[in-house]
Amino acid sequence: MKYIPHTQADIDQMLQVVGVDSLDDLYGEVPEQLKLKRELDLPSAMSEIEIRNHIEALADQNKLLTIFAGAGSYDHYTPSVIPYIMSRSEFSTSYTPYQAEISQGTLQYIFEYQTMMARLTGLDISNASMYDGATATAEAMMMCVAAAKKRNKVLIASTFAPRVLDVVATYAKYHGVELVKIPQIDGVSDKAFVDEALAQDDVAGVIVAQPNYWGIVEDFTGWADQCHEHKALFVVNAIASTLGVLRTPGEWGADIACGDAQSLGIPVGYGGPYIGYLCTTKALIRKMPGRLVGETVDAAGQRCFVLTMQAREQHIRREKATSNICTAQGYMCLHVAMYLSMMGEQGLREVCQQSYSAAHYLHDKLLETGKFEPCYSAPFFNEFTLKYTGEEGAKAFHKRMAEAGILAGVLVEGEADKIIFAVTEKRTPEEVARFLSLV
Amino acid sequence: MNNKYYSPLVFELSKPGRSGYSLPKNHWGEHHIGDINENLLRQSKPELPEVDELTLVRHYTNMSNNNFGVDTGFYPLGSCTMKYNPKINEEMAALPAFTSLHPSTPECLTQGALELYYNLQRALSEISGLSEFTLNPCAGAHGELTGLMVIRAYHQSRGDHKRTKIIVPNSAHGTNPASAAVCGLQIVEVGSTPQGTVDVEALKELLNDEVAGMMMTNPNTLGIFETQIPQIAQLIHECGGLMYYDGANLNPMLGVCRPGDMGFDVMHINLHKTFSTPHGGGGPGSGPVGVTAALAEFLPNPKVVKGEDGLFHITYSDSALGSVSPLFGNFSVLVRAYTYILSMGREYIPMAGKLSVLNANYIKEQLKAYYKLPIDGLCKHEFVFDGLLEEYGGGAHDADKVTTLDIAKRLLDYGYHAPTIYFPLLFHESMMIEPTETESKETIDQFIEVMRKIALEAKDDKALLHGAPHHTPIRRPDDVFAVKNAKFTF
Repeated sequence: MKYIPHTQADIDQMLQVVGVDSLDDLYGEVPEQLKLKRELDLPSAMSEIEIRNHIEALADQNKLLTIFAGAGSYDHYTPSVIPYIMSRSEFSTSYTPYQAEISQGTLQYIFEYQTMMARLTGLDISNASMYDGATATAEAMMMCVAAAKKRNKVLIASTFAPRVLDVVATYAKYHGVELVKIPQIDGVSDKAFVDEALAQDDVAGVIVAQPNYWGIVEDFTGWADQCHEHKALFVVNAIASTLGVLRTPGEWGADIACGDAQSLGIPVGYGGPYIGYLCTTKALIRKMPGRLVGETVDAAGQRCFVLTMQAREQHIRREKATSNICTAQGYMCLHVAMYLSMMGEQGLREVCQQSYSAAHYLHDKLLETGKFEPCYSAPFFNEFTLKYTGEEGAKAFHKRMAEAGILAGVLVEGEADKIIFAVTEKRTPEEVARFLSLV
Repeated sequence: MNNKYYSPLVFELSKPGRSGYSLPKNHWGEHHIGDINENLLRQSKPELPEVDELTLVRHYTNMSNNNFGVDTGFYPLGSCTMKYNPKINEEMAALPAFTSLHPSTPECLTQGALELYYNLQRALSEISGLSEFTLNPCAGAHGELTGLMVIRAYHQSRGDHKRTKIIVPNSAHGTNPASAAVCGLQIVEVGSTPQGTVDVEALKELLNDEVAGMMMTNPNTLGIFETQIPQIAQLIHECGGLMYYDGANLNPMLGVCRPGDMGFDVMHINLHKTFSTPHGGGGPGSGPVGVTAALAEFLPNPKVVKGEDGLFHITYSDSALGSVSPLFGNFSVLVRAYTYILSMGREYIPMAGKLSVLNANYIKEQLKAYYKLPIDGLCKHEFVFDGLLEEYGGGAHDADKVTTLDIAKRLLDYGYHAPTIYFPLLFHESMMIEPTETESKETIDQFIEVMRKIALEAKDDKALLHGAPHHTPIRRPDDVFAVKNAKFTF
């Protein structure tokens, strides 16, 4: 077996040193009644050829569609350099960089990632990743409650994707947070509701989505001031790639920015791995969950990097830690650092511009077919929501498109005819024309 | 790994006007971002680096040479199960039919991905002796939190709202109490006996109708099998609680003794430990959670089930605890773990466990004449030394003693990763060693030789060890200055 180097002679010699007669004797203390007295009911070991055939046969049962959908998973282009460098096992097979002397590679790219995410979100600091956008939002919610001390009410926009709301609500339920959904008017959060709730002076934080589930770019003018006046934190969950051009959480006055950085060229990958990000102000650093890399010097006086501020974390603070998170999505920091370095400000702006233009083009053309009506009038970015008015109904339309090889948006649950479409720079004029011809 | 430090950051290689991207021309006509109200647009520049492709490739390639990984050398890192990460796993995970599959694709067109998810659930169920699994949690701690939510959901479904206490041994990893706190549970610590196992008499004192359950790992963090586990499980069950198994130490038990058979109701597995997926310098991992049949209804949404039609379906249920991940967690990690299970098969999965135990005991026996072994006897996949023996410079009252940190740092000079140090908290100089089954006798023998050499060095030249490492890309970093400096961005 190629992953097990022991020869029988090795085993015999080693058993002798240990002073037992057989491998089974190594388990002499384990009560007999607990032992498994049969072989595991699993397939017999397979060769690489057999595995390849088996898994490729499974893969063949997936059908790849031309993607006109987002809803948290955006089909942006991954430059070839990224998977090439990501395959370097010096990075991928390493452990969490506690031994800084032999982990500067990991620490350097996380420090680069932290810098880029802080700049992108317009906040002071970024941690070294969360699992995904949904759990990052849940952690931001818990951070609000921890920072407020005696308040446990958090307001959250109902313009989040239902899947994200589910995760945040689950964390809230078990963590004892009273999570209140902010009603929406014409697809945007109702500020009057928020103002009224804040006036009660019992709200720890307000969490909003930008662009929101419907694709709308919301205007949060005055939200942060209102929150701060009532001692609540303001949290903006932003789709990372859009921050190349959209007003940043920092510029909105947010205390915490969180969300998913999948849109920075991470493959849609059937949902993961993605990377959650969480950025905040210096004032809140001690409430921040997750790992953090800082700059220091070594014994010879040269600049180097270490995991720091660990007094917040579970392995030191146990139940008093800011979170239970330890291993998150560290390796995806390398992806993000490389993506943002390759794109630069100009490239990221171009990705945003092309996605924006293509989405608006598709939006207009879909309306021209006469089978769609607009749902909202607010500005959108590269994702938009339309009502399907064709005779077959949205569900049948969506299915017909899938059979033709097109993922025609995401159907909105509970709102029969609404479909949310997204377009990225990857879509070609031919793909868009084909889609339109089939509508 | 080089011993020369490659130190620049990408920001220092940046030059205005360079670019590393390539995009098609914009075909889409007149719509421009500038049409959006200026108030909604970014007011400041993001100041991202500007580099060409070769500069970028050299930068990250050189940076990778600052790093140690399993492919570079041996990691005797306790509780982390740093086994070899097979390469075919990577190739299978990178198949475009998985990486380019959008999660909103109708389920009839993702049958392959769903079948893989389902098959992995079934395999983990057989390996662990628990009925049903969710593969949605993204890491071990995420799995712990999910498992504890299952326990709370179970009690709440029975209207039993006062069960908010969770018992955790004082030898437990810090994530256990931290996860319990996130889940809204109060932690009650139970002590250990001098033999390092749960003090059952002390446990009895803690039992009442407020106990939601108990978290354990078996073998425990000292690498010792808790032989009283049937009695402990019975005590907890009798008082109405549930047993939670932290899968951090599952590797030695593979095919020998299953958590479900030990009496555990809920567990998580770290696929990045036991099932060979790469640690990635801190994730992405995966923390599947398994439960008994009685608790299956509480597992989080979405779930993957096999229908009577033979097809695989994504379902949501109201009895579920909620959701812990919007989709199926770190899906590509699941592909890797599945590939590993197929490679090992029913023949070699139990061998992994047994040989990891053999490797650990072999090291322990040959080093206990140099290092303090606080608890003698057979260990499982790992064991703990409490620093050097006094005659080798480890005297507890010696102000100039050679510490566990010194030994760990000296190991780096010899091309090894350090063991897990200062954990568990039961001893002052803990040094936790876990070799894993993928290390050959030759590798283990060389490691033993180096550990002996270090002990002799400690005896003769303490300063050499206090100053270690000497041959790594950087020297010991100043951790205190890092906190004072508070510089987290370039």
